[in-house]
Amino acid sequence: MINSIKKATLLTAILIGSASAFAQDNQPVEMATGLYQSGKIYVVVTVVSIIFVGILTYLVMLDRKISKLEKEIKK
Amino acid sequence: MKKNWWKVVAAVCVLYTIIAGFLFKVPAQPILHETIRNLYFHVPMWFSMMTILFVSLWHSIKYLSKSAIESDIVASQAAHTGMLVGFLGLVTGSIWAKYTWGAWWVADTKLNGAAITMLIYLAYFVLRGSIDEEQKRARIAAVYNIFAYVMLIVFLLILPRMNDSLHPGNGGNPGFNKYDLDSTMRMVFYPAVIGWILLTVWIFTLRVRLEKVKQKLLYND
Repeated sequence: MINSIKKATLLTAILIGSASAFAQDNQPVEMATGLYQSGKIYVVVTVVSIIFVGILTYLVMLDRKISKLEKEIKK
Repeated sequence: MKKNWWKVVAAVCVLYTIIAGFLFKVPAQPILHETIRNLYFHVPMWFSMMTILFVSLWHSIKYLSKSAIESDIVASQAAHTGMLVGFLGLVTGSIWAKYTWGAWWVADTKLNGAAITMLIYLAYFVLRGSIDEEQKRARIAAVYNIFAYVMLIVFLLILPRMNDSLHPGNGGNPGFNKYDLDSTMRMVFYPAVIGWILLTVWIFTLRVRLEKVKQKLLYND
């Protein structure tokens, strides 16, 4: 008797467990909605943009330096 | 300035990619979550690498037909720049893999193919470094470079399609499949590819110009 109760509870436990496994398909995928709602993502975008603009300025300066060198060699 | 319009395009495209890439809506995919945004940064690295290495191949072939040392300079500097973006692609891919597949490296056809491609190109520089005579070095390196690009096509484009792979766009599937359907992502992805390729070309032209200046100084003095 006790054994069959044990089996029954185990079976229900497995069933519940597997039910939640199936339910996972319908659950929403976790995204960074909080970060987007608070608007702090703009801080990240600003920081990365500034870094990129910095690299761009560096490239432009290098470009000009090399142009100068090329002109001097031509003389 | 007229000659430099494409550098402006590069700057605008990449800046747009950074802003739109972080702010525009992306589809909610299981496992990927927000990391799907890496598509705008990791994938263009490989597109840039394949473009710039094709430039390298082109100039190697040109060297073999005309024997102008200038073509050799261009080919080697292009390969150099290709290694830069390829390395960035490898590192960013590894980080992305850690947080989606759960490991820094997976013995996957695409990943190992990318690593082997990098090694093949590193051997190109070892080969160059081991030959002192200029014409000989240029000729042997050019021949090797053709072999290297063929291997790149095999390891990056053919073998991953013939085997199962975790990496998207493989296992018989040539496109980006599920991402490809999303039109907002396309609006960012295409400019991203153009921008990063042009930026890579810019860095490459700087390298070439500097190397030519160096060569002139060495031979005129």
